[in-house]
Amino acid sequence: MTLWSLIVLVALTALAYATARTKALRLRDTANAVTLHSLPNYHGYYSATLVFLSGLFGVITLAVFNPVGAWLMPAATVAICAVVGYASLSRIRSSLRARNKFEQISLYVLVACSIVAILTTVGIFASVALESFRFFSEINPFQFLFGINWSPTGEPASFGFIPLLVGTLLITTIAIAVATPLGLFSAIYMAEYASSDLRRILKPLLELLAGIPTVVLGFFAALTVAPLIRSTGESFGLVVASESALAAGLVMGMMIVPLISSLSDDIINAVPQSLRDGSYAMGATKSETITKVVLPAALPGIVSAIMLAVSRAIGETMIVVMAAGLAANLTINPLAAVTTITVQIASLLVGDQEFDSAKTLSAFALGFVLFFITLALNYFALRFVQKYKEQYD
Amino acid sequence: MTNSFGKDDKTFLAKRYSAERRFKFYGGAALAITTAFLVFLLVDICRKGVPAFIEHHVSIPVLIDPAKVDAKDVAAGDFEGLVKDAIRAQFPEITDRVEKKKLVGLLSQSASNDLRQAVIDNPKLIGQTITSSLLLSDNADLYLKGAEADEKIASLDKLRAQNKIESAFAWRFFTNGDSREPEQAGILGALIGSLLTVAIALSLSLPLGVAAAVYLEQFAPKNRWTDVIEVNINNLAAVPSIIFGLLGLAIFLNVFGLPRSAPLVGGLVLALLVLPTIIIAARAALRAVPPSIKEAALGVGASQQQAVFHHVLPLALPGIMTGAILGLARAFGETAPLLMIGMVAFIADVPHGFTDAATVLPVQVFLWSDLPEIAFQSKTAAAIMVLIVVLFALNAIAIYLRRKFERRW
Repeated sequence: MTLWSLIVLVALTALAYATARTKALRLRDTANAVTLHSLPNYHGYYSATLVFLSGLFGVITLAVFNPVGAWLMPAATVAICAVVGYASLSRIRSSLRARNKFEQISLYVLVACSIVAILTTVGIFASVALESFRFFSEINPFQFLFGINWSPTGEPASFGFIPLLVGTLLITTIAIAVATPLGLFSAIYMAEYASSDLRRILKPLLELLAGIPTVVLGFFAALTVAPLIRSTGESFGLVVASESALAAGLVMGMMIVPLISSLSDDIINAVPQSLRDGSYAMGATKSETITKVVLPAALPGIVSAIMLAVSRAIGETMIVVMAAGLAANLTINPLAAVTTITVQIASLLVGDQEFDSAKTLSAFALGFVLFFITLALNYFALRFVQKYKEQYD
Repeated sequence: MTNSFGKDDKTFLAKRYSAERRFKFYGGAALAITTAFLVFLLVDICRKGVPAFIEHHVSIPVLIDPAKVDAKDVAAGDFEGLVKDAIRAQFPEITDRVEKKKLVGLLSQSASNDLRQAVIDNPKLIGQTITSSLLLSDNADLYLKGAEADEKIASLDKLRAQNKIESAFAWRFFTNGDSREPEQAGILGALIGSLLTVAIALSLSLPLGVAAAVYLEQFAPKNRWTDVIEVNINNLAAVPSIIFGLLGLAIFLNVFGLPRSAPLVGGLVLALLVLPTIIIAARAALRAVPPSIKEAALGVGASQQQAVFHHVLPLALPGIMTGAILGLARAFGETAPLLMIGMVAFIADVPHGFTDAATVLPVQVFLWSDLPEIAFQSKTAAAIMVLIVVLFALNAIAIYLRRKFERRW
């Protein structure tokens, strides 16, 4: 019924626009021709905006609080729109400053839209913080932050966060170790060596890789890469878990390559050509110029790109849900199975949820930690660039 | 001859040049490895997924026995019995109970349903013997596709030798909802679910995002307040997607009491998720329009808003659209936040509205990849192929738009 109410609302808005505009036109075209303050269109916009906003407010209120029966909703919408529409139509005169009023309202609407982003952050913070608070009223925060045993479903349940953190960092380290050289060298090649034709092919290719959904990479990691690593490892006589950290880390690293390469590419391109020319004039080769002049100049930006990549790897969910383990082993062996923060959040909240158990609430505590870690990384990435970036112009 | 470093000139130069070549090689190698990974990934998915687009039938005569199917109430007829009789009739030599059961197990449950539909459509068939194409079960299908089997299925080999096995394009992969039986499972439900979810997400995030971008770029005064909004948007863009799922669970489900597993909630969550992406893209597009355009409009007497909405915004529109399409692609491929709000349930029906229980294509991939039946592996890869084709198409449109409307001022 909400959908129907919205359709009715849009129709009534159009009607209000047409009627108000016609009325203003008639006012202009009468014999004792008066000059309208605003164009007839603006009279239309003004009435339509009033009708639409009040109607929308009505629909949302009705949908949330639902004081009337479902089928009454379109009728109530029509009633609200009719009252507002009649009131606004009867106010149309030649002296009505319709444009100014309409522009005032539309500015408020624009402001409201940009506040949605703030509300989202507040909403995220509120939702994770409140449930975490409930969790920490049951579990000692020190026990959570420094405990080395994680088994939320065990008897008795224990919520030690350290194994998850170590697992997350292990997989992240592997991913960054793969992604940084690949991404950086790709960026250098694209920025400094590749012809513009080659760039035109390579750039969309990297964007293609960036656009592959992580659930696909997770499937690939779990069904192709992990067995491959396992059989290779076993042929060397190594014990490899079927859900090894290495498989998840490798594929996650490939996921991050486009992120690092596109950010570094922009940064390298932003280094002024005069620095390169100066270096060439001293007789340096291209690679010497890059390693001794361009990269040092681009370093703050590259470090910040790697920090963003770390934050991305820590928050990545699907690859590790599908390719990493569920058991919280405290190990730094890349061939063993480890679990991560995101895997635990997902596995705790999929399926039945009881919001009074510490088990479910612990997922929100993990979310809180994750939110905090990624926020801190982004903040430092930004600060790092601001602090060390050199101004050339 | 020695140079100023006191080294032999020729070998010194040679060393430097070979270092140069090595360095360039590393760059090329990094790109080659990345490309090879992409190709390997796509080829591997296709190799696994293509067989799922083929299904096998056995074409044998079936007697529509009037004793089992009542002309007055066709739908209640014992079509399972008819199908069983038909396949047993092919192998009169098999009398053992266990073997007989295995024989019937070769057929999909869908075989009798298809036959029922055929007779409902054409009741004159009752009493006749018709040659019917009966769908085979997932195990029989895999055997025929050459999968390694524990034992040879002699009956299938015999049917194949008699040319009674037919293969066809598996249209039901696109027309069925999810099913526990691999040979009957399709992606229609998930596709419709994706469509509904993404429709909600885009219809909310596009107007909100563009409006926010217009305000921040064109009207906002430079003060602390707008700085806060700006930093906040950049941070939001980097928040892990799973956190948005927690938001949806805590706010939309628990506080507002919206239905679980519904495309409505999924769409709301994804709208918030792609909002920063769209705002950032739209701001970049607006910034790329030179200020002279706006100044000219103001100069001939336009109001601030007329200058922006009549002149700046239309010129920024192609860039905004490119950003919107990339946001759409992101929303279409997103999985993690939807797991939190219950879009992971097994749902066989195709959703009909925004509040029906539904799942989306990436989540369907996740669900199938977890199932033990081997046939689902192939189905998963096939669903991924559909997902990737849609995403590549979206990306291609975005790249095309960017190239076509890219303007240097």
